[in-house]
Amino acid sequence: MLKTFAATAAMLGALSGAAAASQAVGATSDAPKAAPETAAPETAADSATDPVIASSTEGVSSFTLANGMQVVVVEDHRAPVLQHMVWYRAGSADEPIGSSGVAHFLEHLLFKGTDTMAPGELSATVAANGGRDNAFTSYDYTAYFQRVAADRLGLMMKMEADRMTHLRLSEDDIATERDVILEERNMRTENNPGALFSEQMNAVQYLNHRYGVPVIGWKHEMETLDLQDALSFYHRYYAPNDAILVVSGDVTPQEVLALAQEHYGKIPANPDLPPRIRSQEPPQLAERRLQYRDARVAQPYVSRSYLAPERDPGAQEQAAALYLLSDILGGGQTSYLADKLQFDSNIAVYTGVFYNGVSLDDTTFDLVVVPTEGVSLEAAEAALDDALRAFLREGVDPEHLARIKLQLRAAQIYERDDVADIANRYGKALATGLTVEDVQRWPDLLQAVTEGDILDAARSVLRREGSVTGWLMRDEEVTQ
Amino acid sequence: MRALFTALILMVLALPAMAAVKIQEVTSPGGIRAWLVEDHSIPFTALELRFRGGTSLDAPGKRGAINLMTGLLEEGAGDLDARAYTRALESLAASFSFDSGADSVSVSARFLTENRGKVMDLLHETLHAPRFDADAVERVRAQVLSGLHSDAKDPNDIAGAAFRAMTYGDHPYGSTGKGTPESVASLTRDDLLLAHSAVFARDRLFVGAVGDITPEALGALLDGLLGDLPASGAPMPGKADVTFSGGVTVVPFATPQSVALFGQPGMDRHDPDFFAAYVLNTILGGGSFESRLMSEVREKRGLTYGVYSYLMPRDLASVYMGSVASANDRIGETVQVIRDEWSRMAQQGVTEEELDKAKTYLTGAYPLRFDGNGQIASILVGMQMDNLPIDYITTRNDRVNAVTLADANRVAAELLKPDQLRFVVVGQPEGLATTTN
Repeated sequence: MLKTFAATAAMLGALSGAAAASQAVGATSDAPKAAPETAAPETAADSATDPVIASSTEGVSSFTLANGMQVVVVEDHRAPVLQHMVWYRAGSADEPIGSSGVAHFLEHLLFKGTDTMAPGELSATVAANGGRDNAFTSYDYTAYFQRVAADRLGLMMKMEADRMTHLRLSEDDIATERDVILEERNMRTENNPGALFSEQMNAVQYLNHRYGVPVIGWKHEMETLDLQDALSFYHRYYAPNDAILVVSGDVTPQEVLALAQEHYGKIPANPDLPPRIRSQEPPQLAERRLQYRDARVAQPYVSRSYLAPERDPGAQEQAAALYLLSDILGGGQTSYLADKLQFDSNIAVYTGVFYNGVSLDDTTFDLVVVPTEGVSLEAAEAALDDALRAFLREGVDPEHLARIKLQLRAAQIYERDDVADIANRYGKALATGLTVEDVQRWPDLLQAVTEGDILDAARSVLRREGSVTGWLMRDEEVTQ
Repeated sequence: MRALFTALILMVLALPAMAAVKIQEVTSPGGIRAWLVEDHSIPFTALELRFRGGTSLDAPGKRGAINLMTGLLEEGAGDLDARAYTRALESLAASFSFDSGADSVSVSARFLTENRGKVMDLLHETLHAPRFDADAVERVRAQVLSGLHSDAKDPNDIAGAAFRAMTYGDHPYGSTGKGTPESVASLTRDDLLLAHSAVFARDRLFVGAVGDITPEALGALLDGLLGDLPASGAPMPGKADVTFSGGVTVVPFATPQSVALFGQPGMDRHDPDFFAAYVLNTILGGGSFESRLMSEVREKRGLTYGVYSYLMPRDLASVYMGSVASANDRIGETVQVIRDEWSRMAQQGVTEEELDKAKTYLTGAYPLRFDGNGQIASILVGMQMDNLPIDYITTRNDRVNAVTLADANRVAAELLKPDQLRFVVVGQPEGLATTTN
């Protein structure tokens, strides 16, 4: 498999879960407005109100501030740098009807000014301190982060806490930034037939849940987003009791606790934070199909999605089985679908299976088959279904399962080289309703999955009547 | 006063971050040189091998051979066919990644300490005894062809192809290393064997290693892995003649947003003015919100989601490039704003304040790059290929800080050539037509 091809293929298959849109930053500089603060922790003020720091063996600690802000610290002392992130439990699926894209729009607007910071000053200050910052939005969360030298944590918290409560926007900001997000949609979606197809697939998969609406928003609704839409989303959700602080790198939990109390601890909780209730999907009783034609399609493919359960707090067993099922069916060269469709027969140039269990509500289990030149989409789809039936008949190859579990164990060693990735995992999990304990139990749950669990999960999810099948096709008539 | 204060802070922060990266030069008993950063805190090693030349070594008429050969390295070696090979790699919980570019072919490996010997045996077979089985060749060839067909309908790839052809003509840089559908279709197993012997030789090898390995163990590992490579491979191609005529080239393509690439002659990595140019580019369009292009095109006018410029010093030619995308009815204004900024900087240079900010940013952000063993291994190899000294990391920020306002403005006037700035626009741009200057 070619590396470049695998990357492209993975992108066209990236239907599942977090179609995050981000602000694309970096930032240069400006001499720091405020002198950088030292990380010297204030000695814990009042032990009676001090949160208890829970630590685990893998260098992860967690606690909660009195105002409800959850905090996770992932330690790595190899280099004096860290990443500071604040995650809000508010994403595109929490938007009011008619305002799709406002969560992401607001994410962009958070780089405008506050009562005490000029527009762009936050990024400029991060840059002036040798750091980089950015943000991203998905269905279930919006997150902001900076990567900086370890002794700049206090300054990062000071600015992030400031824009949690003191955002100041002008009509000019709105008009210009709305053009920017429309160009972002042009780039990510309108210019990309695969992305348009994926958007249609999601819209068909979710009849009643906001996961059917794209994170970046429908274009016609994005065009109408205004200052009031942005501010009302902001005031509703941006509060410490709706936020998770995740700090990873060269820092101790005690330092984080002291600084977090100083900067975030003084922000009052929002007593009116609404419960996270969304309209849910009804049981899917009928198979759905669509065809999307576009003159810009060079490589047609078949996409199949099934509504699937997500990881729930204290109940992740079925999701663990689905995770292994996706790996067995479509996790690379030795996977079942590759074996059947790319090696035993020459039906496909690429097959892939994706399952993202980190989701607040029902997620999807997705399969993609890119047929070989001369193989029709109909034949590719039939081969996919034959293979799925054969898999359920034959069961799991125990050696294959053992190899996957071995790699998952090794991944726990390799991941220590990338604490920012561990930090991301905690942020995502906590923003979608999981607990620190759920995250820490996950590796053991994966190891405990049996062949029977995998087949049970496959039978309950891979139901024809619970599926959406899409064909991405060339539009021959328009092609010249 | 403010600027001085900032600089002092950054020196303090930069130094400790650098301290974590202690590079040793290792020469194996067999004479293979490598740079190593030892770090025993996690029981694994990242090993990066790079072979200079890359897809530019394709034989005449065999465009795409090295790319296809590289894609086939993980499709079977020695006694193992493609599936057995991947199963073996999975059972070792290691990963190999092979990639080909215009200047090098890279091999990135990551493996646990506990079974390092077995992993290196497999990598040895991969590099020395690839099978190029007929079914594997056809499978990967179909993937390459599928990718080429997709590129032909992707505005970014269309722009890249048009720009390359205009700028480099018949030189290997003038076409994609993936080849054409015709050239890829005609490649034979013999072509792949020739491509293999063109690339994998000791006279073009660069090695970086980071992680849980001692210099002695690394030396023995390298001799076992690479000691029996041939001494030399295909001759390196000559430098490219670079042509920039200025103006706009429109490539019509039905899509809502026009994609533009722009460029002009660049600057060699070893030019004494390279750092001045690098700092200037940071101010002009170096990827941050505060760059002039980002500020004028995105922040003030909302014309794009992103606009960037970058110096591209490569082995055989150096160019100065940029990219942007705007809706078809707005790209004309975007192109004009970029042209204006290019001219403004060429004529008026930059301010002391802009220079200071750019230096502060560049020097402060430098330590953040050294992020993880694989990333550091890749940087170690890049430094060696650029012929930089082993203490470069500790002196790099001094070189940035040494750029004076006079240097910067002299180089701005010399480097930036608005009349040679060529835009290739793919889409249905309104009010833009192909021109020459």
